[in-house]
Amino acid sequence: MKDAQTTQKRLLELAQSLYEQFQKGEVPHLVLPTRTKNNIEYDQDLSVWTYGNQESVRSVKTVRGAKSLLKTTFLSELLIKEHLESNRGSTLREIYYISENWDLAKFSEQAESDRLVEDLEIVTSLQREDFHVRPEEDGATVFGPLALKEKTRRGGRNIHCQEDVGEAGYQIPFNVDNIEFLNHDAKIVVAVETGGMHARLIENGFDQEYDAILVHLKGQPARSTRRIIKRLNEELGLPVAIFTDGDPWSYRIFASVAYGSIKSAHLSEYLVTPTAKFLGVQPSDIVDYDLSTDKLTDQDLHALRSEMTDPRFESDYWKEQIQLQLQLKKKAEQQAFAGKGLDFVTEVYLPNRLSEMGLV
Amino acid sequence: MEIAEELAKNQKAISVAEFFEKNRQILGFDSAPRSLITTVKEAVDNSLDACEEANILPDIFVQIKRKDDMFVVVEEDNGPGIVDAQVPNVFAKLLYGSRFHSLKQSRGQQGIGISAGVLYSQLTSGKPTKVTTKIGPSHPASRWSLTINTSTNEPEILKKIEVDWDRPRGTRVELEMEGSYVRSRKQSVYGYLKNVAIVNPHARITLVEPDGNIEIFERVSNLLPQPSYEIKPHPWGMELGGLIKMLRYTEKKKLSNFLKDTFTSIGTITTQEICKLAELDLNKPPQEINHKEATRLLEAFRKVKLKSPPTDCLSPIGEKLIRAGLEKEYRVDFVATSSRSVCVYSGNPFQVEVILAYGGSLKKDGRVDILRFANRVPLLYQQGGCAITHAIENISWKRYSLGQPGGGVPIGPAVLLVHVISTNIPFTSESKDAVADVSEIMSEIELGLKEVGRKLKRHLSRQSALSERREKEEIIRTILPRISQKLAQILEREEPDLNPVVAKIMGNLMVNRRLSQDNGQTIVTLKVANYGKSIKSFKLHETVTVEASSIQPQAKVIPMGDGYDHLWKITLKPGEKKDLRYIVPSECAVFSDPIVEGQPSELVTGARVVEI
Repeated sequence: MKDAQTTQKRLLELAQSLYEQFQKGEVPHLVLPTRTKNNIEYDQDLSVWTYGNQESVRSVKTVRGAKSLLKTTFLSELLIKEHLESNRGSTLREIYYISENWDLAKFSEQAESDRLVEDLEIVTSLQREDFHVRPEEDGATVFGPLALKEKTRRGGRNIHCQEDVGEAGYQIPFNVDNIEFLNHDAKIVVAVETGGMHARLIENGFDQEYDAILVHLKGQPARSTRRIIKRLNEELGLPVAIFTDGDPWSYRIFASVAYGSIKSAHLSEYLVTPTAKFLGVQPSDIVDYDLSTDKLTDQDLHALRSEMTDPRFESDYWKEQIQLQLQLKKKAEQQAFAGKGLDFVTEVYLPNRLSEMGLV
Repeated sequence: MEIAEELAKNQKAISVAEFFEKNRQILGFDSAPRSLITTVKEAVDNSLDACEEANILPDIFVQIKRKDDMFVVVEEDNGPGIVDAQVPNVFAKLLYGSRFHSLKQSRGQQGIGISAGVLYSQLTSGKPTKVTTKIGPSHPASRWSLTINTSTNEPEILKKIEVDWDRPRGTRVELEMEGSYVRSRKQSVYGYLKNVAIVNPHARITLVEPDGNIEIFERVSNLLPQPSYEIKPHPWGMELGGLIKMLRYTEKKKLSNFLKDTFTSIGTITTQEICKLAELDLNKPPQEINHKEATRLLEAFRKVKLKSPPTDCLSPIGEKLIRAGLEKEYRVDFVATSSRSVCVYSGNPFQVEVILAYGGSLKKDGRVDILRFANRVPLLYQQGGCAITHAIENISWKRYSLGQPGGGVPIGPAVLLVHVISTNIPFTSESKDAVADVSEIMSEIELGLKEVGRKLKRHLSRQSALSERREKEEIIRTILPRISQKLAQILEREEPDLNPVVAKIMGNLMVNRRLSQDNGQTIVTLKVANYGKSIKSFKLHETVTVEASSIQPQAKVIPMGDGYDHLWKITLKPGEKKDLRYIVPSECAVFSDPIVEGQPSELVTGARVVEI
């Protein structure tokens, strides 16, 4: 994390460059990498997907571009004067509401302000934490044989993620870099998409039996969740397996952990765990384990086909699995294993899969 | 008794009343609302045709009155009137008329005539039809009560008296009949007259509805339509039966004369060619030509090269008038017209006029309104079976900026008016509600539709260029100043000059004066730049209180009362920039705004503009 002074300086530089464009008689504009799936590239050195070379120019030549630049200047002022100079912060949602008073620069929805914050991260090569901007959502949780120390506003706290926490687990703070790992007895990290399965694994004692740190992804994982997975993987050398539903949206959850998300490809270096492996539910599991299924909806089919052209899924493994699912026209939830008995997932499926993957 | 004699007992002439009953739908009296429309239509057609022939600007009055459970239709014109001898025949004899066999563009070709209305009136109300007519100011008016003898189809005059009528001339007819008055639909007396008014901009039509409401469709042109005239049939339009009939009844003694005088486009040489092809003697009396020979003659017509029929016999409304007619009935933003040149199908000249009206108060969703006309008569029924509708459906309207989901009639705020005129309109049926799908006519309609479509597209893209300009003005007026203001606040600096950026965004000509001081002198630099997409030539004036020195490039200096005008003639290519320099003594340098001459003011930033 950068200090407030550096952050402020970078934001001022942005304002300065726009100001100079006015002075030089150039049409004021910002150049940003194009943030679509057509412009993400595999970075050989970092083994993650980041933005490629395509650039989009946002200029005042159109009303949309002009309004966007106007909002950028208002947002910059907020971050410089209200956040950094006064050492305070806001959540993403609060920023959306703050803009109520900005007249023409008012955001039309939160997605717009969220995106502009991301744009500022890209332009300044900083992270939103540097701007003192927090996400709204609760962090997801961690449960397993891990002791850590969290820096809080009221001093450091030592926490063991099995012994010092309730059944809900340890809540990941929004700034994961305030955590220091102390020690652990873990052999593997298993990240689970749904709360139901997360609770099932804890109830069945899977964390103890397999020395596993269980991370609850809570759907599409927040940055902090992805960051802690990366740190567990990198700093503690633990292998990571991702356990989700068997549908196209869940494959995107895996992709955002292991490859990087399209929206935050500028932060892939900090957030992505390239060695994370997809555990399941795989389309082939639907056949192999004869799972109860639902029909793929039109949106599901569309999402699957879109993944066929997504560069992140361009491996033989994914091509095969997606093709298979398109043929089956079926999807399965993690909970589908309950149909075989409550212990089936921990006693049969997970051990099978983990040994197939060479993780146990 | 022989069988034939037995059968003969049942063979008798059917009365016209019976004929009418059996053919109501053909005659346009198949429903109560339609009966009123048809009666009004026949009466108004007669009036318009009569006025045009007499070179009178038509002033037509229509009133529909309720009388007990019947309706009274009153129609009155300021036409030439009808001489006594003809009144009974015109009104009280079916299939009597001046136009029945003639090849001429006329409304009357369309229907069975006003006598059908008279018959319908008499059959449903039992009342005679009252006709008042006057042929000139010095003549008395005559009032008639007429019925049709339904067994003989002969007029019966119940009463005829001379009356005083305050009109100089004209005809008034009153018919009482069963009916039903509707207003809201397109298929109504109101809708019919509205459409009549559109294609007859030279007519004033007044309608008094049963509830007393008065609608006036005002005249927008004082020009009568150019008169159409009758032509002889063209051989290509002939059918065998017709040809045989003409051969039998002609007064000509020789086949060659018959051919030359009966048909258009046949001269001496063609006559010889036809007879040779048909293996017929030029001098043979036409009456003696038998069925086989007539067939050969018809074949020869098809084989021989013939001139097209004359095409100046038609009288189109013309783009200007049809536009005026439409604009008075619809409030629209844009009108495109297409007047096709005269073409020929099966020996009949025809012409197509197309109008597209767009925007204004027209509804945005829903199919476009189709207004169909044949020889200035609105077609209200059987829209789906009409060549005009089919041609509209054949066009890919998306190309012309109209929606067409699932094909068919396009969607959008538009009205399509198609007018087909011909000496012989090919209708799909005797009821004459729809034009038949004749390929020549279809293709002319389609070409006309495409032409108005192209014009619409051009109009809309020009509109979007305008809205782009408005968008840019919004950026410049409201957004840009706020960005610069906010940047100045953040950086705690002065607000930057917006003019150069404004000029660039607008694609304008930019003039920017910069001053620098040097040793008691002011060095003036005028930066001019063309940010537009085309070459800009203009004059630039600098008016200063003193004469400048070291002027670069050379300028014309004109002494004025209180100073000097320095004039440069400048031409800049797109993207080109030039610097103009001069020096004035600082103490007496008073500048006014630079002045640009020869550019529209909205394309210049940083200078005052004088329009030439």
